[in-house]
Amino acid sequence: MSITFNSFVQIALFLALVLALTKPLGLYMTKVFNGERTWLSPVFAPLERFLYRACGIDPAREQRWTGYVIAMLVFNLAGMLLLYGLERTQQWLPLNPQHLGPVEPQLAFNTAASFTTNTNWQNYAGEQTMSYLTQMAGLTYHNFISAATGMALAVALVRGLARHSAEHLGNFWVDLTRATLYILLPICLVGALVLVSQGVVQNFNPYTVVHTLDGGLQVIAQGPVASQEIIKELGTNGGGFFNANSAHPYENPTALTNLIEMLAIISIGAGMFYMFGRMVGNTRQGWALWAAAAILFVLGLAVALPAEQGGNPLLAHLGVNQQASALQPGGNMEGKEVRFGITDSVLFTVTTTATSCGAVNSFLDSYTPLGGLVPLANIALGEVIFGGVGSGLYGMLMFAILTVFIAGLMVGRTPEYLGKKIERKEVMMAALALLISPATVLGFAAVASVLPQGLASLTTNTGPHGLSEILYLYTSSNGNNGSAFAGLAGNTPFYNWTGALAMLIGRFAFLIPILAFGGSLVGKRVVPAGPGTFPTTGPLFVSLLVGVILIVGALTYFPAYALGPIVEHLLMLAGRTF
Amino acid sequence: MHLSLKSLLREYLRPALMLTLLLTILLGLLYPGVVTALAQLLFPYQANGSLRYADGRLVGSELIGQYWTSPKYFHGRPSATLSDDGSHLQPYNAENSGASNLGPTNKVLVQTVQQRIAELKRENPDAPPGPVPADLVTASGSGLDPDISIAAALYQVPRVAKARGLSQETVRQLVLSHVQGRFLGIFGEPHVNVLDLNLALDALKH
Amino acid sequence: MSSHTLEVRPWKTRRKGAVSSFDPQIVRQALLDAFRKLDPRWQIKNPVMFVVEVGSVITTIEFVRLLLTAPGPAFPVTRLHNETLFVLAVSLWLWFTVLFANFAEAMAEGRGKAQAETLRRARTTTMAKRLRRPERSAPWEEVPAPALRKGDYVLVEAGDVIPGDGEVIEGVAAVDESAITGESAPVIRESGGDRSAVTGGTRVLSDWIIVRIGANPGETFLDRMIALVEGAQRQKTPNEIALNILLASLTIIFLLVVVSLEPFAIYSGSPVSITTLIALLVCLIPTTIGGLLSAIGIAGMDRLVQRNVLAMSGRAVEAAGDIDVLLLDKTGTITLGNRQATRFLPLPGIDEQALAQAALLASLADETPEGRSIVALARERFAIGEEVSLQQQASRFVPFSAMTRMSGLDVLADADGQAASARGEEEAAPPVRTIRKGAAEAIIAYVHEHGGDNTHGELLQRTVDEIARAGSTPLVVAETWRTGQDHQEQARVLGVIELKDIVKGGMRERFEQLRRMGIRTIMITGDNPLTAAAIAREAGVDDFLAQATPETKLKLIREQQAGGRMVAMTGDGTNDAPALAQADVGVAMNSGTQAAKEAANMIDLDSNPTKLIEIVEIGKQLLITRGALTTFSIANDVAKYFAIIPAAFSTTYPQLNALNIMGLATPHSAVLSAVIFNALIIIALIPLALRGVKYRPIGAGPLLRRNLLIYGLGGIVAPFVGIKLIDLLLSLLHLTL
Repeated sequence: MSITFNSFVQIALFLALVLALTKPLGLYMTKVFNGERTWLSPVFAPLERFLYRACGIDPAREQRWTGYVIAMLVFNLAGMLLLYGLERTQQWLPLNPQHLGPVEPQLAFNTAASFTTNTNWQNYAGEQTMSYLTQMAGLTYHNFISAATGMALAVALVRGLARHSAEHLGNFWVDLTRATLYILLPICLVGALVLVSQGVVQNFNPYTVVHTLDGGLQVIAQGPVASQEIIKELGTNGGGFFNANSAHPYENPTALTNLIEMLAIISIGAGMFYMFGRMVGNTRQGWALWAAAAILFVLGLAVALPAEQGGNPLLAHLGVNQQASALQPGGNMEGKEVRFGITDSVLFTVTTTATSCGAVNSFLDSYTPLGGLVPLANIALGEVIFGGVGSGLYGMLMFAILTVFIAGLMVGRTPEYLGKKIERKEVMMAALALLISPATVLGFAAVASVLPQGLASLTTNTGPHGLSEILYLYTSSNGNNGSAFAGLAGNTPFYNWTGALAMLIGRFAFLIPILAFGGSLVGKRVVPAGPGTFPTTGPLFVSLLVGVILIVGALTYFPAYALGPIVEHLLMLAGRTF
Repeated sequence: MHLSLKSLLREYLRPALMLTLLLTILLGLLYPGVVTALAQLLFPYQANGSLRYADGRLVGSELIGQYWTSPKYFHGRPSATLSDDGSHLQPYNAENSGASNLGPTNKVLVQTVQQRIAELKRENPDAPPGPVPADLVTASGSGLDPDISIAAALYQVPRVAKARGLSQETVRQLVLSHVQGRFLGIFGEPHVNVLDLNLALDALKH
Repeated sequence: MSSHTLEVRPWKTRRKGAVSSFDPQIVRQALLDAFRKLDPRWQIKNPVMFVVEVGSVITTIEFVRLLLTAPGPAFPVTRLHNETLFVLAVSLWLWFTVLFANFAEAMAEGRGKAQAETLRRARTTTMAKRLRRPERSAPWEEVPAPALRKGDYVLVEAGDVIPGDGEVIEGVAAVDESAITGESAPVIRESGGDRSAVTGGTRVLSDWIIVRIGANPGETFLDRMIALVEGAQRQKTPNEIALNILLASLTIIFLLVVVSLEPFAIYSGSPVSITTLIALLVCLIPTTIGGLLSAIGIAGMDRLVQRNVLAMSGRAVEAAGDIDVLLLDKTGTITLGNRQATRFLPLPGIDEQALAQAALLASLADETPEGRSIVALARERFAIGEEVSLQQQASRFVPFSAMTRMSGLDVLADADGQAASARGEEEAAPPVRTIRKGAAEAIIAYVHEHGGDNTHGELLQRTVDEIARAGSTPLVVAETWRTGQDHQEQARVLGVIELKDIVKGGMRERFEQLRRMGIRTIMITGDNPLTAAAIAREAGVDDFLAQATPETKLKLIREQQAGGRMVAMTGDGTNDAPALAQADVGVAMNSGTQAAKEAANMIDLDSNPTKLIEIVEIGKQLLITRGALTTFSIANDVAKYFAIIPAAFSTTYPQLNALNIMGLATPHSAVLSAVIFNALIIIALIPLALRGVKYRPIGAGPLLRRNLLIYGLGGIVAPFVGIKLIDLLLSLLHLTL
């Protein structure tokens, strides 16, 4: 059960790096979204202008929330159709050295929904299903634009809070383009090459055939991996080029790439918290949210790390040495890679589920019950622990507003956040956003847990763990995370359809109230803060926010989790198997 | 109505379609193309899979684990990869990576580990008795883990030494000299690359 | 002349115990109403409690089903297996939960009704003398008050009850307004000016007035007040609506949680009984706040009425809690309204006591508050006794006039009272001595006129200016006297009296308190900026508006509102009306004009301008109570999970008993204890809901920390203790089933 000293050092250093990146990234993003010149403008400004001209976009013309929503929906629909088309026709298109056939319609739909919504749930093995062209023009493209969409929406919401007595939230096309050109693309260009230097592959070769020393034959999948890998993390997408995702040595070969990938996953989200503070004119507001996220992050680690490092008592009984030592990482190594051991695996898992990434470097289905509960709960809490690019910020802001509304009444004023009064309409939108995830997750999971179509896919695990798999599938889909308890056979009509629906609801049905909320706020006056105002910067607010996030999450999911991971943990201690 | 439809087209549809097209070209084709060109130029070894050759013959990738069965080689970890069609277990299938996904309370997991322990002990009769290193009896996440822990390598030293007619100490020293430490002494876990170690073993003969 | 007089019982709302919280009669009525409110058409207005009611019905049906289908002999008692009894117990407690919530609301309404009843008695039986023409001499007919329409003229004579709201157009009368204000001292109502408004239900004590009726039946002041206290036309306030949305969505979430739990249970091996599911649902949904929410709202309005403030809408009460800026009139609100003498400043060569004595003499007959204060100061400072007053007998008081701008005293005889009378022509004789007090220019002119010089003119001017700068009023005192044989008249200035605006006691502390509440105070005054600044400084207000006119007031309010601030103000005059209407919270004095009352959204029946502070506190208290009980309600759920989840799955997964951290005796008693706690907590919190959580002006941060500790942390801990205690009690009584 011992957490090694090295674990503490790694975690502390990782958090320190995130902290160090927050402000510079946040400042830079503030500039980008305020339309200011950046040091990259000489390179990208001409390209930016060309795009606007070619697409007939007037960058100076801002949109109301409704216009912003329509633009976002139309654009995402176009991208989704394009991806579906690519998947269905890849057999006739170039860059398909393995001559992979068309993707089946349901799977193609599920995948199109999955990548459009920034979920990147994969009911397929990449190296067995997608041609290089589909991976690039279809999936890599969506990795960029679903991330940029999330960032744009977050910025629009922040403008709703920052501006007063205004009407417009910004121009979706401009926010999307600038997010892509000035933030995502430059980091990816550099990051991809760093990954390649460590061993991540980047080629268009056919799969390599090897005759091993031991006399065996091995076919090694190849592809343009690095260019997709970096945006997969940076855009909190998470859809692996290969089936094994970031556990695959060609996606994540060393401890350094692991560190870079984790930082890529979390940094933009963390930076956006700072950007938010900057844009509303009080960076302490941003840091307060940052602190709440950091606390939740550490709490998750505090549960998962001991659980995983403690190992599986059922295996210990068989004579497996799970003690950490100088010679071995120890712990629950099923589904984990030796180069990452326990600490880097758990840290990656918490990072990927704190955000909406969903990339994995170890397989969650084989985690101990409590170790698996943490990623499940992280997603269920709304991925607000720095969160997905953009989605983390607007999710966290929803919780901040909920906190202000419930507890803010206790200071004896109509609740206000950043000087804006939280009234009927805002509460309505926040409540709607709050309702979506339980309705989708619990609704679909309830159906799946009793229908034969749902139960038939429990081919690997049964008992409480099977329920955990079902819960995880819909939690991850609705949360647009994409990580999985992958033992569940998801590529069935039932799960392809319901999963895709959960993803689309989790993304778009959530976004519309968020923007409506922003649209309602942007027209409000700002009440200047005074001694009677609910303070939303201090430790009191931070702990309150953490409390509200945990309690709302716990109250919603505790019964379901009691029958999944929690009882499995108790049964495991009692020596039961299924 | 006519007007609003027109403005709908002009304000939303045209930008959506054109931006989709242009960004697909930029992000889906140009960007990976540029990265590939630069990668092939700057890091050709890594970009093409870190492939290792012995005596001019391609023997595998440094990064991709292999299925070792011969007692004279160090073995990697159990692998749960399936055949291409998914019908049966095919360890270290590098075109269909994946994990076992067995849950912690899964009967199959317990049975499988039990069998692996028995087999491991049968293959390594001279190994020290008692609990076996965890990574030698659990399947990796990718099914392609190229590494094993130091403990797992040391566990196999008596067998390999015996099969090769070498002293245990020689093999042990070879293992220890192939330990890859933590990045900056902090990140990751110390490990031994199996292909690397086995190539070094083969090189000892010469 | 027939007049139907009516005994209007004085109704003093501020009196303690006038309407006791738990008056047995109110409790009895509330109990009845609690059952009446079970009508689903009514209950559905409160979605949270409606869900509980549906749950009660389902569990009742389930109980009947178990009773009828249970195997065994026909004799019913033996059919009451543990499970059946358990369902019965849960069902009963669920009904109690609904009833308790209904009772809370009925109690709040009942208290209002009791007050309304008194008012209504005043309304129903009044008879009015309707005049054909608006003249005293015109013929009149007797009609019941409800028959009066807007625009009718009525004659009200001594002993009559004023039949409706309106305006005095002729006459002057003393009116007893105690029925409305609780204040027994009669007030003067007269035509024209700011004292022309009269309220229906009040009684004329002397003289007569002609009133033009200003409101149709059902719209009068009294009607609105009755409606308000009864809660009959109570509309939900914005914040209450927002909170209701949140509570409804929480209810939906918990409904989802519980409904989905059944499939999960089936997956896990065996379904959970419908009774346990409903028990879980009811425990989870925010019944505590859901059951008390409307009671809190009604009680808040009630508290306002108890302080003699009539709010035209609940929105205004909530807005009061949000006030950022308070505009207060200086006179009567911040200062006592009357200037008071505080200092005697003699000129060189004059003894201070001489000045004081002269001032005293000049003021002895001056009945103005200023005059009296001078007398009081002189007596206090120099123990000048009654003997001085004797001089009065041979002197003549010269009252203040706008022409002379001074007042004073003419001494007609020497101190022995002989000189003048000896001459025997008292009336014609010029006074031996005169004393004058008044504005500086007037007095200087007077002295000059009577042969005096301006020896210390410069010093005098400086003193006068200094006093004005300090926010006070200088009053110069001079005397003339006759000397020598020819009675040569001489005159000189004696010195200056400082008349100070006295800031009311405790105002500085109140403003400090307001500042801690986050409220800035702006003083409104007609004084010049110099004087205003001095008083503002002394009173401790944050800002002031000097030389205020209705226009500048309105402008100030608009400026503050443009900055996002909420503004409250009081006013009484017709010229205050625009500003009252513009302010977010406008409180009109009941003594004010009809126009002011119509523009305001609250009326203070006591006409006490500092009432605003209390109004703000009530507004805040209302919001705090809602927030506190919401937090408490949600925090409660944690413990309930630990009670019910292990119990619900005790057969499927006995291992889950590890979560039974309270160590509850049996699964049935665990569920039952949680349900009982959930019901009892509503009853336990009724007093708090009616009384309101105390507001402390300690700033938002400390206040939040304090309330969070009590209602947040307390909300988590309390049910653990409560449920355990109930479980112990059930075990003790062998009722664990």
